[in-house]
Amino acid sequence: MGPYLLKRLLATIPVMLVVAVFIFLLLRLTPGDPAAMIGGDYATEAQIDEIRQTLGLNEPLLTQFVIWIGNILQGDLGESFFFKKQVSELIVARIEPTLSLSLVTIIFTVAIAVPIGVLAAYRHGSWIDRIVMGFSVLGFSVPVFVIGFGLIYVFSLQLSWFPVQGYNRIGNGVTPWIHNLILPALALSVIFVAFIARMTRTSVLEVLGEDYIRTARAKGQTETKVLMRHALRNAAVPIVTVIGFAFAILVGGVVVTESVFNIPGLGLLTVDAVLNRDFPTIQAVVLLFSLVYVMINLAIDLSYTLLDPRIRY
Amino acid sequence: MLKLVRRSFVTGVAAAAITLSLNAAPASAETVLRVVPHSGLKILDPIWTTAYISRNHGYMIYDTLFSLDGDGVVQPQMVDTVTRSDDGLTVTITLRDGLMWHDGQSVTAADTVASINRWAGKDAMGQKMMTFVDSLSATDDHTMVFALNSPTGLIELALAKPSSNVPFMMPARIAATPGSEQIDEYVGSGPFMFNDAEWEPGTKVVYDRFEGYVPRSEPTNGLAGAKIAKVDRVEWTPNRDIQAAINSLVAGEVDIIESTPPDLLPLLASSGEGYTQSPNLAGLQYTFRFNVLHPPFDNPKIRQALLYAFNQEDFLEATIGDPDYFQACKAMFICGLPFETNAHMEDLLESNFVKARELLDEAGYDGTPVVLMHSTNVPVLTNLAPVAKELMEAIGMTVDMQSMDWSTLVARRSKKDDPAEGGWNAFATAWDAGDLFNPLAMAFLNSSCDTALFGWPCDDQIEQLRDDFARAGSFEEQFAIVEAIQARFVEYPTHIHLGQFNTPSALRNNVTGYLSAGVPVFWNVEKN
Repeated sequence: MGPYLLKRLLATIPVMLVVAVFIFLLLRLTPGDPAAMIGGDYATEAQIDEIRQTLGLNEPLLTQFVIWIGNILQGDLGESFFFKKQVSELIVARIEPTLSLSLVTIIFTVAIAVPIGVLAAYRHGSWIDRIVMGFSVLGFSVPVFVIGFGLIYVFSLQLSWFPVQGYNRIGNGVTPWIHNLILPALALSVIFVAFIARMTRTSVLEVLGEDYIRTARAKGQTETKVLMRHALRNAAVPIVTVIGFAFAILVGGVVVTESVFNIPGLGLLTVDAVLNRDFPTIQAVVLLFSLVYVMINLAIDLSYTLLDPRIRY
Repeated sequence: MLKLVRRSFVTGVAAAAITLSLNAAPASAETVLRVVPHSGLKILDPIWTTAYISRNHGYMIYDTLFSLDGDGVVQPQMVDTVTRSDDGLTVTITLRDGLMWHDGQSVTAADTVASINRWAGKDAMGQKMMTFVDSLSATDDHTMVFALNSPTGLIELALAKPSSNVPFMMPARIAATPGSEQIDEYVGSGPFMFNDAEWEPGTKVVYDRFEGYVPRSEPTNGLAGAKIAKVDRVEWTPNRDIQAAINSLVAGEVDIIESTPPDLLPLLASSGEGYTQSPNLAGLQYTFRFNVLHPPFDNPKIRQALLYAFNQEDFLEATIGDPDYFQACKAMFICGLPFETNAHMEDLLESNFVKARELLDEAGYDGTPVVLMHSTNVPVLTNLAPVAKELMEAIGMTVDMQSMDWSTLVARRSKKDDPAEGGWNAFATAWDAGDLFNPLAMAFLNSSCDTALFGWPCDDQIEQLRDDFARAGSFEEQFAIVEAIQARFVEYPTHIHLGQFNTPSALRNNVTGYLSAGVPVFWNVEKN
């Protein structure tokens, strides 16, 4: 596995380089001028040009790119055009809410989706199966903001169980941290529960028809053991793949949920940066997201060896 | 087994929720005013940028030498006395006793001189003021002297400028930062202190009450008078989803939402938890800007045709909708402020298409398309361009409306290129009334050609009148010049004002004392 791991890690370098070139050029080719945004309504041409000079935007594109890549290689993500803060500081401040939300969402998703998916497969064709499948269709169809507002209306405004919005850092205590995360994580997990429950049902259903399941039953094993030890474990590879992708999507795609629940995470930072053309911040966040995708893919691939002894690298 | 699991799950969730909600109750006794500002605070230097959110931050932590009261009249704030020499060429200003910076040092005239110099290097009105100033110096800790080359009433008026860039006072060491660079220390002498340790850029700003602030003895009036911090702490947490912000206010998680679209106000009213009040009774003014460098708007007569073709009600109804929150106003310098006058404006802005077509014919309009920039991601502006397009087409003009986000529009509006090659002919925006209260503050009126704001109008007469305004010694004289400016504006339109509107603040019922001061400020506010 060592050489495989090394090969995969080395392969991330060209991937990241392509992403870097792509995002750098994309931002420079997109209309919009950060200097004009910073200068505001009263700024004269001379003042805007002065700001552009200060930000290094008057340099040729190649020079700007080389400086940026050089700094990245030294671990310097640059300074935000707007916040007068290092981008790395901004990311560190914003990554906790996003990771927390993603993690709690995945926990909810797995805790709900896998059991109901297994149950639907086990009770294939029954009313339970139809309810789970019906929920899946609904979960796919209803936008996350509708679910978010619905949960807020019931649990925050009517029952006052949870706060309407905001985020509490885990440093302030686990209780307030989870208290603020329950509703957004529930809202966000609905679509993933729908997807993963369906995937689990299909995988388990396929496995339940295999000879070794019949053998296990013939040996007199309980249905729980048959389902959990024999069926689910053999159906795990596609399920884990989907869960991994879901986590990657969550980290980079929680903008709407962060907006509805006003969670100051990476999603909102990215939107703000894009609207203001804050190039260093956008570039760094996109690189980070790309790295997360690559690493999660790698982790998924490596997990196969644990789940299926037949897979070897 | 399933039943048991289900029952345990439901009981567990309910118990957890109840426990969590009990544990989450705040234990602090200090008064915290929780505000949802109109956007996240990104730039902390209100001189470096003209962004309104940075201006509002400035009002929290900095003080000004002069301020406008509720009637728009200049009043001293940090200033104790102003004296003028008989020839009007020397203005001596002394500071009040007891003024202190947040770091405990005393405010001196050297600090205020440095602050004025930094502001005047950036701000158009400050630059205009300095054309009258031969020298500005601190003669002792409390006194500064303006030596003028010509008598002017502009000194106090400029130093009371209420909107971006506001001449905020900073310690000399900070004000020594070149205007092209952002300051990196945030020490003021205002009623609140910036809490650097708790600042989360773009998401949370915390201000603590400054115990050393010495308010004026006069009652609070607009931005003038006593600035008394009545809460211990103010927290700004922006929320880009205004529906979520209103839910938070109804649930008691926030106390004030700075700006609320009128269409969402019924939600607040039906909850019974809050009420509305405008921070700025004069509100904002919609404005249609011409680029005079290129056809067809290089011809003043074609611009004049639009003064006849447009009517303010169409724009206001399409954008704001509820007449309680807008007003048509033909006065250029804002209805409700001292320079309000309809002189020379009576027949305009009434969609007189016949007259507008006559003017187009006289001007020889040849069908040249108007490249109209349409911003799509600022809701309060989105519907302006489509209305303008309809009205222009109604008089036979060809309009090429191009949709884009605000950042793209901001970058493009500074380009002088031909409209067919990435330039532009017109766009619509909005200005705070505080930016429009006189002919020098109104940036779109500046007609100094290349040094004018984007659109680059070029007219000696308007510039002469603005200069006359700066030299005028009395309000009556200034008012007469304002009327003359409106007369010239009709002949040489630099822009078109499309009406005034307000997006009021929403407040919880336990919040009182919120001021209609022109900008959202949080001194005088009590939370019961």
